[in-house]
Amino acid sequence: MPDLLLLSILAPLAAALLLLVPAPLAARKFIAGVGFAIPALIALYLWSQFNPTGGASYHFVSRYDTGLKDALGITLYLGLNGIALPLFVLAGVVGLAAGLYAIQSKAERLPLYLGLLLVMQAGLMGVFASMDVFFFYFFHELALIPTFIMVGVWGGRDRGYAAMKLTIYLTLGAMLSLIGLIAIYQQSGAETFDLLALRQELAHGSLAAGEQKTIFGLLLVGFGILVSLFPFHTWAPLGYGAAPSSAAMLHAGVLKKFGLYGLIQIALPLLPEGVGHWVGWLALLAVGGNVLYIGFVTIAQRDLKQMIGYSSVMHMGYAFLGIAAYNTIGLGGVVLMMVAHGLSVALLFLLSTSIYHRTQTFDMDDMGGLAQKAPVLAAFFVTATMASIGLPGLANFWGELAIFVGAWKFSAVYTTLAVSGVIISAVYGLRSVARIFFGPVTPAFAKVSAEKAPADLAWGEKMPALLLLVALLAIGFWPKSLSTPVDTAITATFRK
Amino acid sequence: MTIDQLQAAAANNLWAAITPEIALGVLALLLLGLEMLLPKARHAIIPACAIAGQLGILAALALNFTATPYLDRDTFNGLLHHSRDGQYLRAFFLVSSILVSILGVVALARQKMPRVEFFHIVLVVTAAMMLLAQSANFVLLFVALETITVGFYILVSYTRANPLSLEAGLKYLVLGALSSAILLFGIVLLYGVSGNPNALGSTDAPMSYAGVHQFLKANPDNFLASVGIVFVLAGIAFKIGAVPFQIWIPDVYQGAPTPVTAFLAVASKAAGFAVLIGLLPVFQPYAGLVTTVLSIMAGATILFGNLAALTQHNVKRLLGLSGVSHAGYLLMGVVAAQTLPQAVGAIYFYLFAYLLASFAVFAVMTHVAGVNDAEQDLDHYADFAKKRPYLAGVLAIGLGSLAGIPPLAGFMGKLLVFIAAFKAGLYPLLAIAIVGVVLSIYYYFGWIKAAYFSSWRPPLAPGEAEPAEAAVTPVGLSAGIALGALAVGSVVLGFFQGPIATWLLSR
Repeated sequence: MPDLLLLSILAPLAAALLLLVPAPLAARKFIAGVGFAIPALIALYLWSQFNPTGGASYHFVSRYDTGLKDALGITLYLGLNGIALPLFVLAGVVGLAAGLYAIQSKAERLPLYLGLLLVMQAGLMGVFASMDVFFFYFFHELALIPTFIMVGVWGGRDRGYAAMKLTIYLTLGAMLSLIGLIAIYQQSGAETFDLLALRQELAHGSLAAGEQKTIFGLLLVGFGILVSLFPFHTWAPLGYGAAPSSAAMLHAGVLKKFGLYGLIQIALPLLPEGVGHWVGWLALLAVGGNVLYIGFVTIAQRDLKQMIGYSSVMHMGYAFLGIAAYNTIGLGGVVLMMVAHGLSVALLFLLSTSIYHRTQTFDMDDMGGLAQKAPVLAAFFVTATMASIGLPGLANFWGELAIFVGAWKFSAVYTTLAVSGVIISAVYGLRSVARIFFGPVTPAFAKVSAEKAPADLAWGEKMPALLLLVALLAIGFWPKSLSTPVDTAITATFRK
Repeated sequence: MTIDQLQAAAANNLWAAITPEIALGVLALLLLGLEMLLPKARHAIIPACAIAGQLGILAALALNFTATPYLDRDTFNGLLHHSRDGQYLRAFFLVSSILVSILGVVALARQKMPRVEFFHIVLVVTAAMMLLAQSANFVLLFVALETITVGFYILVSYTRANPLSLEAGLKYLVLGALSSAILLFGIVLLYGVSGNPNALGSTDAPMSYAGVHQFLKANPDNFLASVGIVFVLAGIAFKIGAVPFQIWIPDVYQGAPTPVTAFLAVASKAAGFAVLIGLLPVFQPYAGLVTTVLSIMAGATILFGNLAALTQHNVKRLLGLSGVSHAGYLLMGVVAAQTLPQAVGAIYFYLFAYLLASFAVFAVMTHVAGVNDAEQDLDHYADFAKKRPYLAGVLAIGLGSLAGIPPLAGFMGKLLVFIAAFKAGLYPLLAIAIVGVVLSIYYYFGWIKAAYFSSWRPPLAPGEAEPAEAAVTPVGLSAGIALGALAVGSVVLGFFQGPIATWLLSR
């Protein structure tokens, strides 16, 4: 039973290895499907078994020695608490959706593509299941490397440049956060990367306020680069614009949350005295940069994928605001929003590729009137856009609401400005729906549809889209299923 | 010296303690004998004999790894000191020489060259490296180092029909001689000051590490001793290719036959670090001086190696310069090792990860190289992943490990060294190292990009023929196994460091 977490990491890796064996394509697709399904099923099963009354304590705990235990105090230490569980489930669900979408795609060298996605999936499950800070970082990198390769090999326009820029930016972010994590390990004198032991050690105040300030700054910048905090965001729209759809789904939907998760699970609880120094700057960058500035940049986009990329950068601003607020309501809202945003942005990237297959372009000015030919696709896209704007009834609403409530106590001005960002999202969201699906058919689209009449969503595309949509609606109508574990864990962690 | 003393000295020799080195020497002579005795048509089995013999010695060494009765003992009147690190390094050099021999079989098949001497010299050089790693006396240090260097003079210019190889040989000869002279001068200065009978704490064994240490301890600020120490460090810096003694690296790496480049890059560098680590306790009374010199060198080496590698198109030069940066990271570890014994384990782990990754890359290069071994360009790797997926996979793992990307072994090596540096409080050096790692991503990924991402090629002009494809040598059985083992080793060691890390780091 505790080995289920290890299995959720090893199953995709094993499937990726099996894909190297020559076999008929159908068999390989089946193997990949199993590899994606096992972690998702394990995540859902553990969610159903999760007992939220334990506060911040971890469940399903298991520990394995990889040879660094005696010398460095590093072990593969797996477990889930109320903060990790929602993201673990997110990783499982989005991973399955991205995998299913990739299986039905007609990508060149499909087995290699699926293999890389599976490695990424293994890394994602590992990130959120790790209770050891070292492995938390390790699994993030394991998931990151395939992203670079997938962007470079299967990417669209500017893929070489995008892959390089993505690699350099994200390596820099990862290195800075690694140094920050090593600094915690070293300066605290705990000599262990075990998160629980670190919490105990630091509870005695073994880090001076000045040290906490420096280390938190390192982690904030490092994690900030990974989560596209303004002004380190430029890799994100470019990378997502070039990335193949499943890679973009997994990266924007799940992997990007690594930085926020690291801040909430590691940096904030361990370095409480370092936070106060930075929240002013963080809120300024988050609201002024990510929400407002990038919001306007998003409105100006003509390219559908770039627009989604920028909108995801913008939504990270809300998350950073919730972290800057640094209270239980705000942080709980961030966790909920991470899940909701992950589902909705993955759905949007999936649908944008499906739109591309019908219009042969990502330029929204050359689309128009697609709703007549593909009403189901239109319905999906409208719902995903509404979720992204934050319409009640969909998951994102609850996350953003909690963040705004939490942030109000922190700063009424920033909160007001951030709320006005919702109007910006409504503008670009609704405009994109109008330009893609409604209005007159543009000459460019007429020409494309004359050559090959666009069909509505096929079952292969509908299944992963439905999976994500159901999850969005389920959390939207029944937020308690996630908010209870999140709330108990956050309250217990940040009890002052 | 009385006859009794001589007898006692002879009794102290304990030849059995250096059985692996002697076995390598005998094997080397055996190869020459086989060449004379066997008919020419059967000469092809000689390299196989060399590899089999080395595997046998490696197996014997592994069996006696901890069981050897000479552990923690001095033999040959203090010329040698046998330690567990020495055992590790013996295995390290043997593994490298086996891999060099395998690559040599692949590379020499393309050249019209005498074959047997190559393997002979590799064996002799390896034996010298093993002795060097265990030396406890400056005389043996110098003799072993010269044996290595002279062997490399020949190996570097081995493809004598190639002018670039000859040029590389000449450069290595001139600069190697210069560095030996500097090293020797440093040794002589140390010998002179510590052997001076009028000086405080003088010793009657001024060539032994212990004697010099005794003198340095008694005279913590002797000017001539400081000069001697700096000269010795400079001489070693030549061997490991640290700034400002790195100038020979790009040309020599490019001109030397690829297997020899690999040998230089891995084993020769490791030998330099083994000597440096061995000398650290000797120079302990001058730790401040050593730290200053090595820290400046480490920072400059990391920056220079990475910056210079950024613009390289010839992959051998690129690897040479990136190897310079690796020497910089390792030097940072050596600085840390002055205060932190665990750092030595981190360096040895790093070196092993570096061995796996470097040999993987060099093995792929050996297969890609044409007859003109010196001209290996990034452009030769266009569409490599489609044409040669196995080699491309090994290449990607090797480069990723060199770049220090998890979950590969190179990352664990870097992590261990960085943690050691952090513990030793070397923050400025760490900052430089981080910059270096991010820079290195650019050129390592540039290479992966060249091999994996399909590149744009100018359309053919009318009448222009499709450019001739460089013939990639098909992968033979032993080379294929070696390539696979290197790649798998890099991956497995990244996930599971297991007993190796535990053993190396417990000290």
